[in-house]
Amino acid sequence: MATIEIHDLKFNYPDGHPALLGVSLTVKPGERVALVGPNGAGKSTLMLHLNGILQGQGQLRVCGWSLDNGHLGQVRAAVGLVFQDPDDQLFSPTVYEDVAFGPLHMGLPVAEVRQRVDRALRAVGMSEYAGRVSHHLSVGEKKRIAIATVLSMDAQLLVLDEPTAGLDPRARRGIINLLRELPQTVLASTHDLLFVRELFPRMVIMDKGRIVADGATAALLADQALLEAHGLELPR
Amino acid sequence: MHINLADQHHRGSSLIHRLDPRTKLIGTLLFIVAATVLPPGAWLPYGLLFAASLVVAQRTGLGTGFALRRSFVALPFALAAITLPFTVPGEGLARLGPLTISAEGLVRFASILIKSWVSVQMAILMTYTTAFPELLWGLRALRLPPTLVAIISFMYRYLFVLADEALRLTRARAARSGAGADRRRTGGGVVWRGKVAGGMVGNLTLRAFERSERIHDAMVARGYQGEMRMLDTPHLHDADRSALVGWVTFLAMTLLIGFVF
Amino acid sequence: MPLSDLFAPVKLHIPDGFLSPLVSVVGWVLAVAAIAYALRQTRGQLGSKQIPLMGVLAAFIFAAQAINFPVAGGTSGHLLGGTLAAIILGPWAAVLVMTAVIGVQALLFQDGGLLVLGFNIVNMGVLTAFTGHFLYQALKRMLGTGRSSLLAAGAVGAWLSVIVGAMATAVELAFSGTTPLGVALPAMAGVHVLIGIGEALITVGALGFIFATRRDLLDLGEKAPAKATANWVGVGLGFALLVAIFSFAASRQPDGLERVAEDTGFLGTALDPNYKLLPDYTIPFIGNELLSGILAVVVGTLVVFGIGWVVARIQAKSAA
Repeated sequence: MATIEIHDLKFNYPDGHPALLGVSLTVKPGERVALVGPNGAGKSTLMLHLNGILQGQGQLRVCGWSLDNGHLGQVRAAVGLVFQDPDDQLFSPTVYEDVAFGPLHMGLPVAEVRQRVDRALRAVGMSEYAGRVSHHLSVGEKKRIAIATVLSMDAQLLVLDEPTAGLDPRARRGIINLLRELPQTVLASTHDLLFVRELFPRMVIMDKGRIVADGATAALLADQALLEAHGLELPR
Repeated sequence: MHINLADQHHRGSSLIHRLDPRTKLIGTLLFIVAATVLPPGAWLPYGLLFAASLVVAQRTGLGTGFALRRSFVALPFALAAITLPFTVPGEGLARLGPLTISAEGLVRFASILIKSWVSVQMAILMTYTTAFPELLWGLRALRLPPTLVAIISFMYRYLFVLADEALRLTRARAARSGAGADRRRTGGGVVWRGKVAGGMVGNLTLRAFERSERIHDAMVARGYQGEMRMLDTPHLHDADRSALVGWVTFLAMTLLIGFVF
Repeated sequence: MPLSDLFAPVKLHIPDGFLSPLVSVVGWVLAVAAIAYALRQTRGQLGSKQIPLMGVLAAFIFAAQAINFPVAGGTSGHLLGGTLAAIILGPWAAVLVMTAVIGVQALLFQDGGLLVLGFNIVNMGVLTAFTGHFLYQALKRMLGTGRSSLLAAGAVGAWLSVIVGAMATAVELAFSGTTPLGVALPAMAGVHVLIGIGEALITVGALGFIFATRRDLLDLGEKAPAKATANWVGVGLGFALLVAIFSFAASRQPDGLERVAEDTGFLGTALDPNYKLLPDYTIPFIGNELLSGILAVVVGTLVVFGIGWVVARIQAKSAA
């Protein structure tokens, strides 16, 4: 059973501007896939379809659920979407409450919520931050907590929008190490090709609303012409 | 709510578009005053006002049905007047259980709805043919306090920014609003949801404050001391003057018909 | 307008046509007076920060009104914001912020009429801000300045502010002859007793967040200018509210005021085919004490406002 099954997904913005022009993608459980491409290629738009925030035309099944059947609740419990700007992700007064939001919304008993929060914070190495106010933390710390907020929901699929953007080298290394340990299926959009090379065996290139390449990272990164054609640069 | 805060203004070069915003503001307000002041049951004047709004709509180049289609906004509020057919004493028309529907009551009810409906259409036409900055300029020229106008202008500028942030906050919440195995317990309780919404609002407050402080610093850096300077206000063109005169004449005649006949 | 708006809680934005010309004019007079006073007060308070701060906060209120939460069966609770604005900025600045929001909602989105905008501003901007402010301050004095006291005070202020705004709307509709008072007042007040809970929850959530992150922002509202005036306005409103509650519970025996009304023919005149500028009260009330109660509220409020204004001016003059 594939975690993501997309066939010919099309989506236009409300003002008519086409964002996705027929995207097809299959991701199997446990895979790590990087989504790369220039800004405006449609990466974020595609990701917002994976938990039903945006709804386009075409076939879309995520974690076995079909999104057009009104299974949004189950999908959102299974898909952990981490936004690019952690400030958007963290909307509760304290770290604890943010990480607890998911399980609480799912109606889990308080004892289990507590357990999950502790586990999630430990997984991202932020256990001592439980009582802190998210607003005052550094970007790196916020990004980790943002990841914890979806881990506490026991999401099967992690969808990360630019997880290393805006991080200093130490924080970036921390995120990479963290992601390496996680067992979930991961789909991450990013401009950081070194990050891709290190952590993602498979790479999908998007440009102008379409997928233009989908294959082994090593092979694609070796194809200079392909990278250049789609605005990508591998730092030497 | 209005998440889609696209600028309502529809570009165009019709006669109406080119009128001075002051003309449009005054004209619309006078129209609404006329509609409000007319007695109930003044069907002919109501019809005249409606016809006028259609004519104006047609002249804007946006299509005669433009305002019509968008004018049902106030529909829920019609409930406020719904008691009129039952409570105004008069010639009974029909019975609905223990209540009698009176002709006078129906007339009053219909009159309020028509007046409201017609007023909204004219307001829509004004809004859609006037760019918001022009509207503000018009208000300022009509002697609205400059500070208030400046506040509104800032609000408009940052509306999209903050609405965007609010949208992202609600999306983040939606993304984590998963359903648990026990569907009945999903959602976490009303009070909890209210507090979460409150936390989001508090978050937004903070961002708004800090943004306003940054904006203030930027303004001060460019010499701002507290007064919003504006360019001079030109006089009304002849086209505007004649349009206003014609409009007022029409409204006066309509009122005359309403009160005398 | 999305379908969900039809099931949304009753909004207080009155459209054109639902208030009589006279009532509309009164609304404008009140609104203009409040705005003028607010402009003067806030200039002294905020200096050059006045415009960017209030502009951005007006945008915030506007945007925040879109953050709702599901209550039950498709309805949702959301924020009006008058009390929150008053707690953060002080009541006079809140009046300006809410005026901006309500004005633009009317101008751009036809959310509320233009002629009736005066009372819309009064109901949703002035009354909510002052009710919330006064109750918040009063309760704070009684309960202390700890976190839970502030939150409780904010909750009560927010809750009551919505009810007061709704009641005022009902009274205006009644005076315009649109809805009989005996229907409007219980309906509006009753519904908003529930809706006010949503307002209270969100206000409390917001206050809690601000208290935890930047408590200094709450102090801004504390230093609001002419607190004396604001308090008198609050007293007037509190008085009016008390009278309204009492008149609800009052006995059904006609009192002196109503006897006068009957004798002068104010009540019970037949509906004239020719339109009168003052609406007639042929609409049967559930109980006539409601009319006298409301008249008492209006009279009482005006009296206390008047006293408060005079006192404040005397104070200001002697302080100058």
